[in-house]
Amino acid sequence: MLSHEEIEEIQDALSHCEKKRAAGLDALKIVQRHRGWVSDESLKDVAEILDMSPSELDSVATFYSLIFRRPVGRHVILLCDSVSCWVMGYESVYDTLKRKLGIVFGETTKDGRFTLLPHPCLGACDRAPAMMVDNELYGPLDEGLIDQILNSCE
Amino acid sequence: MEKPLTQNMNPNRKPFSLDEYEQAGGYEAMRLALTSMEPAEIRTLVEKAGLRGRGGAGFSTGRKWGFVPMGPDAPKPKYLTINADEMEPATFKDRVLMEGDPHQLIEGIIITAFTIQAETAYIFIRQCYTEASRRLTKAINETYAKGYLGKNILETGFNLELHLHESAGRYICGEETALLNALEGKRPNPRSKPPFPPVVGLWGKPTITNNVETACNIPHIVKNGAEWYRSLSRVGDGGTKIYGASGKVNTPGAFELPLGTTLREIIEHHAGGMKPGTKLKAILPGGASTGLLTPDHLDVKMDFDSVQAAGSRMGTGTLVAIDEKTCIVGLVLNLVRFFARESCGWCTPCREGLPWVVKLLSAIEHGDGRPEDLEQLKHQIRFIAPGRTFCPLGPGAMDPLKSALHYFEEDFKRHIQEKKCPWT
Ligand SMILES: Cc1cc2nc3c(=O)[nH]c(=O)nc-3n(C[C@H](O)[C@H](O)[C@H](O)COP(=O)(O)O)c2cc1C
Ligand code: SF4
Ligand code: FES
Repeated sequence: MLSHEEIEEIQDALSHCEKKRAAGLDALKIVQRHRGWVSDESLKDVAEILDMSPSELDSVATFYSLIFRRPVGRHVILLCDSVSCWVMGYESVYDTLKRKLGIVFGETTKDGRFTLLPHPCLGACDRAPAMMVDNELYGPLDEGLIDQILNSCE
Repeated sequence: MEKPLTQNMNPNRKPFSLDEYEQAGGYEAMRLALTSMEPAEIRTLVEKAGLRGRGGAGFSTGRKWGFVPMGPDAPKPKYLTINADEMEPATFKDRVLMEGDPHQLIEGIIITAFTIQAETAYIFIRQCYTEASRRLTKAINETYAKGYLGKNILETGFNLELHLHESAGRYICGEETALLNALEGKRPNPRSKPPFPPVVGLWGKPTITNNVETACNIPHIVKNGAEWYRSLSRVGDGGTKIYGASGKVNTPGAFELPLGTTLREIIEHHAGGMKPGTKLKAILPGGASTGLLTPDHLDVKMDFDSVQAAGSRMGTGTLVAIDEKTCIVGLVLNLVRFFARESCGWCTPCREGLPWVVKLLSAIEHGDGRPEDLEQLKHQIRFIAPGRTFCPLGPGAMDPLKSALHYFEEDFKRHIQEKKCPWT
C-alpha cells in the first residue's frame, strides 16, 4: 500500500502532465524517495494510479539504471567508470572501495549501509576520478577523501 | 576577448538571481524579441549568425527551426525540449552553463519557444545533475513570479509553461527521439525516422530539441546581431564555444573561447599543458563517440568542419588528453564497454555487436588475443555502421575503435604478440 503522502505527491505530479503515463518516472521516483527502492507491490500500486498495466510500467522502470527494483543500502555510491576517470585512476579508486566495503559493483554491505554501483561520466571530468554518494558529488578522489566520505555516512 | 556565455559567472559565489541578471543586461533580448520582432525575423537572424547545434551534430539551429510548421494552420500545441542529459563521457560543459547562469538558459528558452511559437517547454536533465537542478528550479520559480513565464508574457499574448524533467540515468535518453518517448512516459527507445520531430514530435506535435549550450547563445545573438556573433569566431561558423579539457592536463576545466581555437591552444595554454612526467599520445576531441587524434593534429582548429576534415568530429568539444603511459587498447575497451552497457537493445548490430567487440578487446587487453581478432574487429566496424541502426549510438561507438586501429594498430599487435598488456 502506498502511503497517503506518496499518493498526494503522485497526484501533484499528475497535475503537471498531459497524459497520466507521462508522470510514470516521477511517480516511481516518489516511491523510491520514500522507500529507497520500488517493490513489485509498489509498482502495481503506481501502475493502477496511472492506468497502466504493471508490466508496461515495469518496462519503463527497468530501463532506467537509477530506478532500483531491488533493495539498496542507506547510501548509494555511484562510481564513475567512464573515460576521463579511467585515465585518471578510476581502477585504483574501485580497488580501494572494494577493500574498504568488502563488496563489488551491484552489491550492498551486510550492515545495509552502502550499495556500490558503476555509473557513466558524472560530468565532473575536471575533478576525476569522481563519484556521487546520495546527491553529492566528490572528486578528485584519493584514499583520504574516500575515508572521509565513507565515515560521514551513517 | 569577449565571453558572452560565461560573463556572469564567478565560481566563488552563487549564480545571479533574476534581479542581478537583469541588472547585468539580462532579459533585454527577451524583451526585444517578444515586443518588437517577428518569429520569422528571429529565425533568420539565428541562421545568419551561423550558430550550429552544440549537442554534437552541428546542425544549423536557424535551419532546424525552419522545419517547424508556422502560421495559423500549424498543428498545436508545439513543444520545445532542451537537452540537458549530458551523459556523453568526458562532457561537462552544459553543467557549467546551468550551474553558472541558469537565467541565461531560461532567457534562451523563452526566445526559442517564441520563435517556433511553442507554448510548453521542457528541460530534460539527468538525475546526477543535482546542483544544476536545484539552481534551475529556483531560477524558474523566480521567472514565473516575475511574469516572464506563464500567461501573457510582457502583455504580448504569448504564453509559455516551462517544466524541469529529471531523468534517471541511461545515456540513450539524450538521443532526441528517445528523449521524447521518455517525456511521454514510454520506454525510452529512439523512434524510427522519418517523420522528424520538428514536424511530428512530442505527443505527435511539432517539437524542437536544442542543446543547453545552443539555447544559451540565443539571447546574445538577438541582442548583438549576426555580424557581431560571427566576429566572435575564428572560422566560418559563428560564436564562442565552451571547450573542456580533462585527462592528463595540469588544469582541467571548461573554457569559453572563440570557435576555431586550436587543440594546441586549449591543451597547452588553457589547460596548462600536460602533467609533469607525461607526454601527449592521443586526444579524444569531443566525447566518447569521436575518433582519436594524435599530437600531429595539435594545430587543428576545434570547429565542426576542421575536426571533420582531420578525420574525427568536434562532438561536444570537451577533449581528453591521453598520455603515453596510458594503454590505448584499455582506453578503447573502456569506451566501447560504455556503449555496450548503454545500448537500448533495439537494433541487432548494436545490441549484439557491441558486446562482441567488448569481448574481443577485453581478450586482447588481457593477453588472450589472437592475430585474427584484428580482422574480426575491422569486420565489426563495417557491420555496426551508419544506416544499419535506428540511431547513431552503435556506429558512434565504432569511431574511437576505428581511429585507434588506424593510428595505433602496433599497440594492439604488441598485446597479441606479448600475450599481455605492455602498459601495465
Ligand atoms: C545516444 C545519443 C545521446 C545524445 N545525448 C545528447 C545529450 O546528452 N545532450 C545533447 O544536447 N544532445 C545529445 N544528443 C544529440 C541529440 O540527439 C540532438 O541532436 C541534440 O540535442 C540537438 O540539439 P542541437 O541541435 O542544439 O545540438 C545525443 C545523441 C545520441 C545519438
Ligand atoms: S543503435 Fe543501439 S542505442 Fe541506437 S536504437 Fe539501435 S540498439 Fe538502440
Ligand atoms: S569521466 Fe568520470 S566524471 Fe566524466
